[in-house]
Amino acid sequence: MTTAPDVERLANLRAAKDLMDRSYAEALDLDAIAREAGYSRFHFIRAFRATYGQTPRDYLSARRVERARDLLRGANLTVTEICFLVGFSSHGSFSTRFKAEVGLSPSEYRAREVRRGGPPPIPGCFVLMWSTAQMRNREEAAPGGGP
Amino acid sequence: MITKYSHTPVWVLDQDSAKKFYTEKLGFEVRTDMSMDGLRWLTVGPKGQPDFELILANPGPPMVDDEAAKAIRGLVARGALGAGVMETEDCRKTHAELSKRGVQFLQEPADRPYGVEAVFRDDSGNWFSLTERKGR
Repeated sequence: MTTAPDVERLANLRAAKDLMDRSYAEALDLDAIAREAGYSRFHFIRAFRATYGQTPRDYLSARRVERARDLLRGANLTVTEICFLVGFSSHGSFSTRFKAEVGLSPSEYRAREVRRGGPPPIPGCFVLMWSTAQMRNREEAAPGGGP
Repeated sequence: MITKYSHTPVWVLDQDSAKKFYTEKLGFEVRTDMSMDGLRWLTVGPKGQPDFELILANPGPPMVDDEAAKAIRGLVARGALGAGVMETEDCRKTHAELSKRGVQFLQEPADRPYGVEAVFRDDSGNWFSLTERKGR
């Protein structure tokens, strides 16, 4: 059942997700995002998870890793530069999270992509909008990561 | 044989609001806006592409049944649907202008192998690419 209040609720959650998509590189305040969406922190986490299948924190991490993959594929930057550019506060947390999501370390991933011949001929908009869902589905199928 | 793709639908949550958004914010023109037997047929398009029509479709009877309509409205509201790529002669300039008009962007203009690209949503939640192609 999708009633009018459901549509409004979904739109508010979407706005919070869009904020994370726009501002992933910044240090984000979960309380402020929850307030923007009209929730307390506790209820926001539950509502977000019920709608998108991940907690806001996991979604934000996945978005940062996805953006890091994009930069590793194509940008002339070091792994450390990319780590801080996408919003991680330490190389250690970046590498751990990256490896858990992708199954390879950032350098291994970059080396593999270079061997494969560079960025795929898929428009960036589709990579942005579809890749975090794909990563989440893969995690659910094989917890602990995959290629 | 098939010569063109002339129409494509995008599901919107409110046709009046969508009409305002596509004309006032994106600068499209209305191609058709008429009602018949409970169906409002509303189409818009870019001024420079007169043979293309974007159908601003309301999920509901008679186009789809109630169950489908509820599912579609949920998908649109949660931001799961996108409806394609819009071209621009200057992505950064257009991004600045559209932002001023209140269009919500998910991604600022970024350099890509094929040009410069940004991503935005319409008033219902559909996402679109805004692409300036290299060498066009």
